[in-house]
Amino acid sequence: MVREAAHTLKKSLLWDLLTTVDHKKIAILYLIAGTLFFGKAGLMAILIRIQLMIPENTFVTGQTYNELLSMHGTIMLFLAATPLLFAFMNYFIPLQIGARDVAFPFLNALGFWFFFFGGILLSLSWFFGGAPDAGWTAYVPLSSRDYAGIGLDFYVLGLQISGFGTLISGINFIVTMITMRAPGMTLLRMPLFCWTSFITSMLIVFGFTPLAAGLALLMLDRMFDGQFFLAAAGGNAVIWPHIFWIFGHPEVYILVLPAFGMISEIIPVFSKKRLFGYTAMVFATIVIGFLGFMVWVHHMFTLNLGPITNSIFAILTMLIGVPTGIKIFNWLFTIWGGKLRFTTAMLCASSFVPTFVLGGVTGIMLAMSPVTHLYHDTYFVVAHFHYIILGGIVLGLLGATYYWYPKMFGHCLNETLGKWMFWIFYIGFHLTFFIQHILGLIGMPRRVNVYLADQGWDGMNLISSIGAFMQGVAIILLLINVIYSAKKRPNHPVDDPWDGRALEWATHTPVPEYNFAQVPQVRSLDPLFYEKIHGDGKMKPTEPLGDIHMPNGSFLPFMIALGSFIAGFGLIMKHMDAWINPYIVVVLGLLVMFGSMAVRSWKEDHGYHITKENVEAMEREALADERNR
Amino acid sequence: MSETVDVSKGLPAHPERATLEGKNKFVGFWVFLSGEVTMFATFFGTYLGLRNGTAGGPEAADLFHMPLVFIMTMILLTSSLTSVIAITAMKKNQFKKMKLWMWITFFLGVAFLGFEIYEFVEYVHYGLGFSTSAFASSFYSLVGLHGAHVVFGLGWVLLLLIRYNRAGITLTNAPKFYMFSLYWHFIDVVWVFIFTVVYLMGIGGG
Amino acid sequence: MADHLSEPFEKSAMTNEEKVKTEREMRIQFIAFAFMIALTFLAFIAVGAEVAPPGFVISFIIFLAFIQLFLQLYYFMHLKDKDHGWANTFMVSGLVLSIPTIVALILIIGVVKY
Repeated sequence: MVREAAHTLKKSLLWDLLTTVDHKKIAILYLIAGTLFFGKAGLMAILIRIQLMIPENTFVTGQTYNELLSMHGTIMLFLAATPLLFAFMNYFIPLQIGARDVAFPFLNALGFWFFFFGGILLSLSWFFGGAPDAGWTAYVPLSSRDYAGIGLDFYVLGLQISGFGTLISGINFIVTMITMRAPGMTLLRMPLFCWTSFITSMLIVFGFTPLAAGLALLMLDRMFDGQFFLAAAGGNAVIWPHIFWIFGHPEVYILVLPAFGMISEIIPVFSKKRLFGYTAMVFATIVIGFLGFMVWVHHMFTLNLGPITNSIFAILTMLIGVPTGIKIFNWLFTIWGGKLRFTTAMLCASSFVPTFVLGGVTGIMLAMSPVTHLYHDTYFVVAHFHYIILGGIVLGLLGATYYWYPKMFGHCLNETLGKWMFWIFYIGFHLTFFIQHILGLIGMPRRVNVYLADQGWDGMNLISSIGAFMQGVAIILLLINVIYSAKKRPNHPVDDPWDGRALEWATHTPVPEYNFAQVPQVRSLDPLFYEKIHGDGKMKPTEPLGDIHMPNGSFLPFMIALGSFIAGFGLIMKHMDAWINPYIVVVLGLLVMFGSMAVRSWKEDHGYHITKENVEAMEREALADERNR
Repeated sequence: MSETVDVSKGLPAHPERATLEGKNKFVGFWVFLSGEVTMFATFFGTYLGLRNGTAGGPEAADLFHMPLVFIMTMILLTSSLTSVIAITAMKKNQFKKMKLWMWITFFLGVAFLGFEIYEFVEYVHYGLGFSTSAFASSFYSLVGLHGAHVVFGLGWVLLLLIRYNRAGITLTNAPKFYMFSLYWHFIDVVWVFIFTVVYLMGIGGG
Repeated sequence: MADHLSEPFEKSAMTNEEKVKTEREMRIQFIAFAFMIALTFLAFIAVGAEVAPPGFVISFIIFLAFIQLFLQLYYFMHLKDKDHGWANTFMVSGLVLSIPTIVALILIIGVVKY
C-alpha cells in the first residue's frame, strides 16, 4: 500500500518518528509511551499489593514502599493517563472535526517530546539515589530541602518539563477546534469527545500554569534555599497544598472529561441511537469544568482552615454532583430502548456508568466536611479515587482502545479475548477496591507499608491483592490480544466496522496523511450517520480535488526538549557529587533549547504540497482496496 | 490547508491574521497569555500571602524607593506605546517606521532591565538575600519572573529585528511581530500590578 | 499556487476608509496612553501624599490598576475589536479563575503568627 507520498517514504522508520509532525504518528508515539509508563506504574501497584497481602510483610522496606507509592501515583496521573488520553485526542480530534491536521503540527511534536523527556527525567531518579518518596502530592515540609532526598528534585524538574509539554498540547487542541473545523461543523455539531477534550484543554491551560508556578516555588526551595514553606523564616506550609490542589483538582477533571467523551462516543454507536440530550451534555461539561476550579479546598478539610471555608467548599463540591448526574442519566437514556450490541467496547462503556456512580457517591460522602475527618487518610479515600480513575478513566480508555483500534491500525482486536479481558478486569477491579471502602471505614490508614495481624484486616487485604493480580492478568491479556490480532489480521483493513456516526469513520483506513482528500461538508450532528440515512453514505465534499498543503517534518522539537532535559538534569546535579560544575550543564542545556527555538524562528518553513496527481493516485488505490474486500 | 490570500492589491489590512497560520498563532497566543494570567496570579497570591513574613530581615517599607519604581513604570508604559505605533506602521506596510519603533521598544526594555538589575543589587547590599525571609523569596521570585519575561521578550524581538532587517513586511513575519507586541503589552499589564501590589502597597503600609 | 509568504509588498491594500479608521484608532491609543500616565501619577501621589488611611489608599490604587488593565487589554491589545471573541473568552476566564487563587492564598492559609 503506497498510501504515503513519496516525500515521507525516503525516511527510515526511526528518523520518521523522531521528526514527524503528523498528528496520527504523534498519537501512536503517545500511545506507546503512555502504555510503557502505564505498565511501569501498574507493576508498582502489584508490588504494593504484594507487600500488603499479608500482615507484617517484609517484601519491601518502608523507604522502598514510599518510593513505589509516590511513583505509582505520579506516573499514573502525569505520564500514563494523560498521554494515553492525548493519544486518542491527537488522533481523533482532527478527524472528527474534518481537519487535515492540528493547528500547530510543530508544537504537537514539541509537546510530545517535552512530555517524553520529562518522564524520562523523572524515571532516572531510580538510578541516582532513589525515587521521590513524599507521595504524588509532595506536601511540604516533607518534600522540602530538609526532609526529602534527591528523588524530589527529579520529581520537581521532571514534572515541570512534562507539564510544559502538556500545556503546549492543550493550547494546540484548543486552537485546532476553534479554527480548523470543516465547513458546517458548528460548535454544537462537534462530537462530544471533541467538546470534552476542548474543556479539558481549557482546564490544562488554567490548571497546569499554577502547577508550573508551584513546582517552581518548590524547586527554588530545594535548590536555592527559598523560604516559602518554612515557618522559621516567615514562610507558610499551607501555600503548597493550596497551589497543588488548585492544579490538582482540575487535573482530576482533565483526566475524566475525555473519558466521558469516549463513553459518549461509544454508547450511541452500539445503541444505534443518537446521544440523548446532546446540548445538556455539552452544558454539563462546561459547568463541570468551571466548578472543577472552585472546589480544591475539599482536599484540605483537615488542615483546620475554619468552618466557613470548609462549608463553602463542601457545598460547591456537592454541586458538581448535579452536572455529573445529568451526564449519567443521559447515558442511561441513550441506552434505553436502543438496539444494543455488547461488544467489548460497549461492555467497558456501559459498565463505566455504575462504577463511576459508586465513585461519585463516595465523593459526595467525602465532600461532607464534618465527617471527612473520619475518612481522611484511610483506605476509604484510596477506594474512592480508584473508582474514579480506574472505573472511570481506565474503563473509558479500554473501551476507546477496542472502539478506535481498527481506525488506528487497520484491524479489529479479537472480541473473545477482549471479553475475557473485560470480565477479568472488571471483577478484579471490584475485588481490589470495593473491599477497600470497608478497610478504610474500619480504620486502615493509607500510605503505610505494614500492619499488624488480627485487626480484622488480613482477609480483606488478601482479597484486595488477589483482585490486583487479576487486573494485571487482564492487562497482559490485552497485550496478547494486540499481538494475536496483528498476526491474524485480515488482508484488508476495515473502514467502518461498527457502523459509526462521526467523521473519523468517513476516511479510508489506514488514514492517508492528509486525512480527507476533500474537506467534507457537515450537515448535522453525527454527520456520517446523517449521510447514511439521508444521503448515499458518503460525505459531500466542499472543494474540488487539488494540491494539499502539508507541514514539513522537523528534528527541532526533539532538540528543544532534549535541551530542557539537559538543563533540568544539570540543576539536579547540584545535589550530586558531580565531576563537572552543574551550571555548565545547565547553560549547555539552555543553549541547546533556546538555540533550537531560534533556529525554528529563523528558518522560514512553509511546508510542501502533495500534488493533485499524487492525491488522485492515493485515493484510487484506497478505493481499489475497498472494492477488493 | 489551501487557503488563498488575495495579494494582488498589496499587503492585507490585517497582515497578522491574513493566513490561516497567522490566525492560528493569533488565537493560540491569546490562549497562552490567558494561561500566563493564572500563573502570575499564583505568584501574586504567594507574595501577598507571605509579604509580612520578614523574619526580622528588611521590610518592604525600608527598601522600596518611589522615584526608582516611578521611572521604571514610565519606561515600560512608554515602551508599550512605542510597540503600538510599530504595529500600526506594520499594518500600513511602513516597514522602516515599524523597524524604528521596534528598536525603540527594545532599548526601552533594555533600560528597564538595567534598572531592575540595579534595584536587585541594591537590595542584596541592603541585606535582603534571596533566602533571607519568606518575603524576600516571594518578592524576588515574583519580580524576577517578570524580569525573566522581559529578558525573553528582548531576545525574541532582537532575533526578529536582525532576521528581518531587510525583509520588508511579509505574511510570515507580520504575525511574529504582532505576537511579540501582544506579549510586550502583557508584560506591561503584569508590571502595572507589580508596581501597585508590591511597591506601592509595600510603601503605603497596609 | 502563488503563496507569496516571504516576499515584501509594494503597497498596502488598505482602503481609504480603513486608513482613516487606523488614524482614528491611533489617536484613541494616544489618549489611552495619556490616561495610563495620569492613572500612574495618581496612584503614586495617593500613596506618597499619605493623607488618606492605608485601607482606602490600597483599594483605590488597586482600582486604578484594574482600569489600566482594561485600557491595555482593550485598546493596546485590541480586545475590543471584532474577531476577538475567543481571545476575550479565554482572557476573562483566566482573570476570573485567578480571583479564587489569589483570595485563597491571602486569606485562607491558616492562622499566621508573626
